[in-house]
Amino acid sequence: MEAKLKQAFTEPLSLNNPILIQVLGICSALAVTAQLEPAIVMGLSVTVITAFSNLIISLIRKTIPNRIRIIIQLVVVAALVTIVSMVLKAFAYDVSVQLSVYVGLIITNCILMGRLEAFAMSNGPLASLLDGIGSGLGYAWILVVVGAVRELLGAGTLLGFQVIPQACYDAGYVNNGMMTMPAMALILVGCVIWVHRIFVKEK
Amino acid sequence: MEHTLSLIVRSIFVDNMIFAFFLGMCSYLAVSKNVKTSFGLGMAVIFVLLVTVPVNYAMQKYVLAPDALVEGVDLSFLSFILFIAVIAGIVQLVEMVVERFSPSLYAALGIFLPLIAVNCSIMGASLFMQQRIQMDPATSTQAIGDIGDAFAYALGSGIGWLMAIVALAAIREKMAYTDVPKPLQGLGITFITVGLMAMAFLCFSGLNI
Repeated sequence: MEAKLKQAFTEPLSLNNPILIQVLGICSALAVTAQLEPAIVMGLSVTVITAFSNLIISLIRKTIPNRIRIIIQLVVVAALVTIVSMVLKAFAYDVSVQLSVYVGLIITNCILMGRLEAFAMSNGPLASLLDGIGSGLGYAWILVVVGAVRELLGAGTLLGFQVIPQACYDAGYVNNGMMTMPAMALILVGCVIWVHRIFVKEK
Repeated sequence: MEHTLSLIVRSIFVDNMIFAFFLGMCSYLAVSKNVKTSFGLGMAVIFVLLVTVPVNYAMQKYVLAPDALVEGVDLSFLSFILFIAVIAGIVQLVEMVVERFSPSLYAALGIFLPLIAVNCSIMGASLFMQQRIQMDPATSTQAIGDIGDAFAYALGSGIGWLMAIVALAAIREKMAYTDVPKPLQGLGITFITVGLMAMAFLCFSGLNI
């Protein structure tokens, strides 16, 4: 039992990572990573939503009629996303403006539907909660890596603080403006997948 | 008329769903293995966009906007739930209608129709439409002023998506013969290809429409 719970939590982090292996939820992963801060906020929001939607669906899974389960899942997720979006607007308004429509798009993030269908519908509440947190964090760390690389190389800052010293600029170092363009997010994720596959063999 | 035309051109090239906003990426990467099926999915996306965006436009205008339904009530916090319900319902409805009246189209679209309900580009188009209602049509070519503009935006975004997926499928068909490093094969190289295509599309962003 213990081992199963642990597996539910750790497997999505690397071996069964939602982005690198299952290829789910890429849309938002790419769009919000131009800077580190929105990437962290987005990762955390998704983690909260996967955790709670998994928990709720797992609690009511025995009462959901099979034929309308998709609609029920969508409504649960949409309600959670609405709550998160309102919390963001209240406490982190600047970031929520930066994230714009991508907060709403968490609803159609395939990670959510994928985990609900594959895990929460057939497992108990505690395992589902852990699986949700694991999947969310597995998604978040990719966002953080890509966001950090793009902000560091694109603007020379991390979370808005200057990291690359002024002396480097004086010596002729120039920020790579290309990094802030959407196209580089794709190429970086491609490289992360490349490195990940060198170290983690596919089953 | 001029505004409608520039809105279409703009949403095909400059605000391309895939290359500028990464919407609908999951099915974009999963289905683009050959040109024929990706064309089918692209047509299905255009079709569903053309139905859902104007309906959600009407919803936003006559139900969700402040003072629209009941004086003094702002229902816009319900927009996520209402939009996704409309999309899921319409996809189901479209599927039944197409199956009843055009079996050949139904066979061509096949499994893609139900998949589209959770395609981010559909929901994304509705959410962008919601943002763009607030813009002023006189100053911005992105603005959506009436239901005709909503149709134009849906058509443009759909065509842009179709074009992107057919282009990627064609490249991937050719790429099957190239010698790619082993860990990069499959997903990795596809991402990098799309990244290079997105870079090429960057040049459209200088277009003055």
